[in-house]
Amino acid sequence: MSFATSFVRRLRRHLVVLAGLLTLGYLLLPNVIVTVFSFNDPKGRFNYEWQGFSADAWRDPCGVSGLCDSLAVSLQIAAWATLGATVLGTMTAFALARYRFRARGAVNSLIFLPMAMPEAVMAASLLTLFLNLGAELGFWTILIAHIMFCLSFVVVAVKARVLSMDPRLEEAARDLYAGPLQTFRRVTLPITAPGIAAGALLAFALSFDDFIITNFTAGSTVTFPMFVWGSAQRGTPVQINVVGTAMFAVAVLFVLAGTAVANRRRKQQA
Amino acid sequence: MTALTGAPPSPTPATPPTPAAPGKKPPRARGRLTPYWLLLPGILWLLVFFLMPMVYQASTSVQTGSLEEGYEVTWHFATYWDALSEYWPQFSRSVLYAGSATALCLLLGYPLAYLIAFRAGRWRGLILILVIAPFFTSFLIRTLAWKTILADGGPVVGALNTLHVLDVTSWLGITAGERVLATPLAVVCGLTYNFLPFMILPLYTSLERIDGRLHEAAGDLYASPFTTFRKVTLPLSMPGVVSGTLLTFIPASGDYVNADLLGSTDTRMIGNVIQTQFLRILDYPTAAALSFLLMAAILVMVSLYIRRSGTEDLV
Amino acid sequence: MDTTTDRSGDVRLTGISRTYGSFTAVHPLDLTVPQGSFFALLGASGCGKTTTLRMIAGLEEPTAGTVRLGDRDVTALPPHKRPVNTVFQSYALFPHLDIFENVAFGLRRRGIKSVKKQVEEMLELVQLGEQARKKPHQLSGGQQQRVAVARALINHPQVLLLDEPLGALDLKLRRQMQLELKRIQTEVGITFIHVTHDQEEAMTMADTVAVMNAGRVEQLGPPADLYENPRTTFVANFLGTSNLIEAEADATSGDDVLLKAGACTLALPRARCSAPTAAGGRVLVGIRPEKISLTHADESAGIPAGRNRVTGRIAATSYIGVSTQYVVDSPVCPAFQVYAQNIDRDPRLVPGAEVVAHWNPAHTFGLDAAQDIGAGVAEAGVPQAAEEALA
Repeated sequence: MSFATSFVRRLRRHLVVLAGLLTLGYLLLPNVIVTVFSFNDPKGRFNYEWQGFSADAWRDPCGVSGLCDSLAVSLQIAAWATLGATVLGTMTAFALARYRFRARGAVNSLIFLPMAMPEAVMAASLLTLFLNLGAELGFWTILIAHIMFCLSFVVVAVKARVLSMDPRLEEAARDLYAGPLQTFRRVTLPITAPGIAAGALLAFALSFDDFIITNFTAGSTVTFPMFVWGSAQRGTPVQINVVGTAMFAVAVLFVLAGTAVANRRRKQQA
Repeated sequence: MTALTGAPPSPTPATPPTPAAPGKKPPRARGRLTPYWLLLPGILWLLVFFLMPMVYQASTSVQTGSLEEGYEVTWHFATYWDALSEYWPQFSRSVLYAGSATALCLLLGYPLAYLIAFRAGRWRGLILILVIAPFFTSFLIRTLAWKTILADGGPVVGALNTLHVLDVTSWLGITAGERVLATPLAVVCGLTYNFLPFMILPLYTSLERIDGRLHEAAGDLYASPFTTFRKVTLPLSMPGVVSGTLLTFIPASGDYVNADLLGSTDTRMIGNVIQTQFLRILDYPTAAALSFLLMAAILVMVSLYIRRSGTEDLV
Repeated sequence: MDTTTDRSGDVRLTGISRTYGSFTAVHPLDLTVPQGSFFALLGASGCGKTTTLRMIAGLEEPTAGTVRLGDRDVTALPPHKRPVNTVFQSYALFPHLDIFENVAFGLRRRGIKSVKKQVEEMLELVQLGEQARKKPHQLSGGQQQRVAVARALINHPQVLLLDEPLGALDLKLRRQMQLELKRIQTEVGITFIHVTHDQEEAMTMADTVAVMNAGRVEQLGPPADLYENPRTTFVANFLGTSNLIEAEADATSGDDVLLKAGACTLALPRARCSAPTAAGGRVLVGIRPEKISLTHADESAGIPAGRNRVTGRIAATSYIGVSTQYVVDSPVCPAFQVYAQNIDRDPRLVPGAEVVAHWNPAHTFGLDAAQDIGAGVAEAGVPQAAEEALA
């Protein structure tokens, strides 16, 4: 009896932990599947059922025609979109964080709306624009679209960092003989760099992974998500899972290394 | 803020300039224009490639004609009526699926956000990383993985079948016989999975701001753990609930990937219709009208939200 | 820097003022700070002292008036072209640079290449030679404060501006740093202008103190002069504590004015009165609590003649170690304060006891009765923590 009561009590105490861990499992299960199935040896065209172990796909990740080309296109677009969105977004963020001006509310709304708009709507309207202007769909239309939807996210990340910066630091620089340009280069930029980097990283991830908007604006250009989408109709090569697993591993290692460095730095300071 | 509005970036001569006449102000016109110069490129980009497309789309929706002969603005508002009556099932399905997925996200995400905020201790950082990490794998690949998980005769479907869960869900009409794939349940399951982090992160942010001592204070004032949650934690986390709901519902309502990959022709959502109309059938007015309707519905939601919290909180 | 003449470090503010919309932060102000002096601007938060300092630094533009350094009008110069450096409140050390680079910042911006020797010397001066390669957040508050001073001083400014430089330190460290700053100032001989809300800090460090209130300078002078002979009720109440008694001029006796307050007659040296003293004129008679002696009413016969007397009943006492503070309820002054050293305490001086408070008339001062008798009381009473929360 008392054992049962204490068991129920402990279960109730840890119920939230249990539920949380189940959710975490739900979130991570697909990644486990993606990883496991990167070692699959499928019989048919689709890689949905486990057949047997094989590391062939890992040995030859570019073995499927078009896959590595699409990866290269995606990386190129993501790099340029990151650059464009980061420059434009950082400028906008500084204007919003530092200055009072007319039409502030309108500008805030214009930056917020792309984040609140279903991608399908933005994609459809962009396509309408491009069709009306007679623009040729391809690399450039994808890039334009990606800069557009990454911009707002960069603004949010950078603006938060600029707002949290002590304005006295810039005053101190000006007081110590730094002109406006030097103040920006020597003080403002280094201190806001983490926010800009976060914005850039987010922009890269969003652009690299975008499918919905790219699907409308790509024409015959094939990005990596487009390639995956196409293969979901025609047949999914194991190499897709290899790329997915590698991306996941690199990203997690990157983050873990980052936190480890940060932790060590914190320990040294303590 | 006054301190930073000045500093006109005038060219700096090596020698100090001659002092200005007493009482005369240095020119500040350039300083006053600085914010506008900074804003110009970004805002221009958004005006041309976000707002202008919306206008084009609005105009396309009231055009008539054909692909071969070209389109003309004829203020043909009947397109809206036709689109709405023809695709009413897809519209209501979108709201239903996105709404269910949002509710599920809240239900699943809240315990995890709570766990990270209050119970994770030194695991907090790791769990946060694990929540964000799936983002790094293409969401299409991860969505395809659900095909494996929910495969016919697979362990998940088998277990649900043994527990007679599928009997209940089939009776409810969200699964079909012994299948989960290509049913509404699979689509909602995929939507929930895809947008769960958008619910967890804002929830976590607002929970994390709550002072842990408030729980102790509530306990001290005779509140049971459940009452503490209901009267203290939940109300304080409402901002997270609101923004998490918006961040989940909005993209889910326009999504067409989950319905396409995990569903069937019976589970098509409005995003699928827009996509097919635009990219396959090439019926631009109808597609534009549908897209415009979806946008209008979202804008109404967002403006209600803005009225609640003001524009400064948005960005 | 410029060739140093004796007056190149003079700071002269002429008719300088600053308004924000309809709010006037600083009313037109004339102020001269002589070369080499340690000058304090003292006042409660929002009195305009920091705005004044920022106008000297160039971080704030005056609405009207001019700022001169020596003979040079610098009003239109941006901060990076003024030979003036600031020690900021909470220091504003650059978090991304180490201590060495923080201190070298000003030199490098002026294009000086070989900074090593100068920086090391400066770090020695502030006793931080060992910490050169640490980042600011790895240092304690007191060390950060010294870095901030070193970072400014290394540029040999004509004037060093200090904005609440010790506000973030705890009491003990603040005492220590006050002496340290005073030592450095004597050593380098630069003009220091120091903004503070802490009257004790201003009085221990500065040669000259300007007490500011609501955008105006109330009184300016050496600390002892301000304390002993305040000219306004604000200064009397803000700097330490004063007992102010409403009285009416009655007659004169030699150099003294005799005033009537209720049944008491009080003597006041005419030279120490800033109010008109014609017969019938209203005057606030002031006396500092520590100048007063308390004698039990039974012994009042023993009080020497010629002293000012006020009778009353003890309302409360508090023992604070170095002294005992009495609050005496008197017909002429409702809460008359007396601080007595704890030597030969009379055990009969307990609440309820009838007493005579008496003092040497030479310590009395007189103020214009047209002023608010309570001005400055609230400002002086704001504890530092609350003020920081407001800032």
